Amino acid sequence: MSWVIWGALFFIAAWIVWTYNGLVALKHQIQNGWKQIDVQLKRRYDLIPNLIETVKGYMKYEQETLKQVIDARSKAMASNGVKETAAAEGVLTESLGKIFALMENYPDLKANENVLRLQEELTTTENQLAFARQHYNDLVMRFNMRQEVFPANMIASFFRFQPSEFFSVPEAEKTAPRVNLSLS
Amino acid sequence: MLFFLLVGLAVDTVYLGVFTLHGLPVPLATISTLLFSIIMTVTANNFGGHLILTSVGAEKLDIQIPEHRELHNVVTEMALASGCSMPKVYVVYDPAPNAFATGREERSASVCVTTGLLTLLNREETQGVVAHEIAHIRNHDTRVMMLISVLLGGVVLLSDWAQRSLFSSRYGQRHRSHPLIAVPALLLVAVSPLVSRLLAMAVSRQREYLADATAVEFTRNPLGLAKALERIRDANLPFRKATSGTAHLFIANPLRRRIDDREGMLADLLSTHPPINRRILLLYQMAKLPSGAAGGMGL
Repeated sequence: MSWVIWGALFFIAAWIVWTYNGLVALKHQIQNGWKQIDVQLKRRYDLIPNLIETVKGYMKYEQETLKQVIDARSKAMASNGVKETAAAEGVLTESLGKIFALMENYPDLKANENVLRLQEELTTTENQLAFARQHYNDLVMRFNMRQEVFPANMIASFFRFQPSEFFSVPEAEKTAPRVNLSLS
Repeated sequence: MLFFLLVGLAVDTVYLGVFTLHGLPVPLATISTLLFSIIMTVTANNFGGHLILTSVGAEKLDIQIPEHRELHNVVTEMALASGCSMPKVYVVYDPAPNAFATGREERSASVCVTTGLLTLLNREETQGVVAHEIAHIRNHDTRVMMLISVLLGGVVLLSDWAQRSLFSSRYGQRHRSHPLIAVPALLLVAVSPLVSRLLAMAVSRQREYLADATAVEFTRNPLGLAKALERIRDANLPFRKATSGTAHLFIANPLRRRIDDREGMLADLLSTHPPINRRILLLYQMAKLPSGAAGGMGL
């Protein structure tokens, strides 16, 4: 009968290794997901001054809104950690959305090829940010869920895995319309 | 692989009489068909994607053209949403709106879109189509379908060969194996081309539905893909560079036979793609909208 015991032990060991490796893999995927969000955030920071510079001449009466965007950008750049970043980015997304909406009132702007190109760049950055965030949150959900379900939770607590934080959307952004500007 | 094994075994049993006392000591046909299948599989894996791309005349993106830049951006977005690495992007200069994905690994995959699709669809709809193609990549459908197209050709070839040898004169002389063994073998040889074809089509159809669902998982926007499919349906242009061998790779059947728009048992059995109206309907159901009302709105 001893081989039955050995067999059972082997399966338990294999299961532990499998579960542990799964958790580690997810943890690294989450880190990678966060890096992807970070890349998009950086790109957005770089694009905003360009946009303001191009738009400034046309939108003389919207200086207040433009200033809001610049402020939101510098605040977002200074923030640290998932929660704080998410909040600051929400404000930035909202103020950018405002500018895009205002740009509709300036036909000269929409005829400018530079502006069109910038607009497409910013649109795709916004979308990429949204999708990177979506992917990140999906991964966090899977990771947290796997840590809590029985019997994997025993492995998770033994190796001291911590649940990850969601990149949650602040209330203000939920009401704002999603930026979707097509070139056609 | 299994099919090759079975067909090879059938040839061995009936034609060479391996499993009788006086037959050959080695199952020659089985081994040779297995080798043949391995070689073909490896070839398809390594060069299949490239061959298909050149056969439809795919070209690299020109990033200076706004439409191409937009396509590149959309693909980047969808790659991010799926967590896959960025596939290579190609365009085909053709007015028929269509798209396909190919490549065996996530890393070496490519997405190919016709210029007709780019001009006809807006950003949201293009996003749906690209999401569908990336879904094929993430679900490893390109690999599954490539293997199937190779197996399909191989089985037809083999069974043709087996049929010829069965009816040649040597069968009569080697009648020593039990006749009952020969019956299932014969049946297998005769039926295998048909069965393999039907199987391939059934797999292809299920994979299309799956890719539609996965695409919605990426975009969270079933209406984008639904509207895109509606436009592709209404454009009703065949993509001439596609052949029946590569038809299953495309988002909508490029050959546009009448049968694809019908529903029912026979049509379901014989097409590589599910009926496009049914796909649109399912997408609208995902968005919790009745297809009629929203369909008018979309166009």
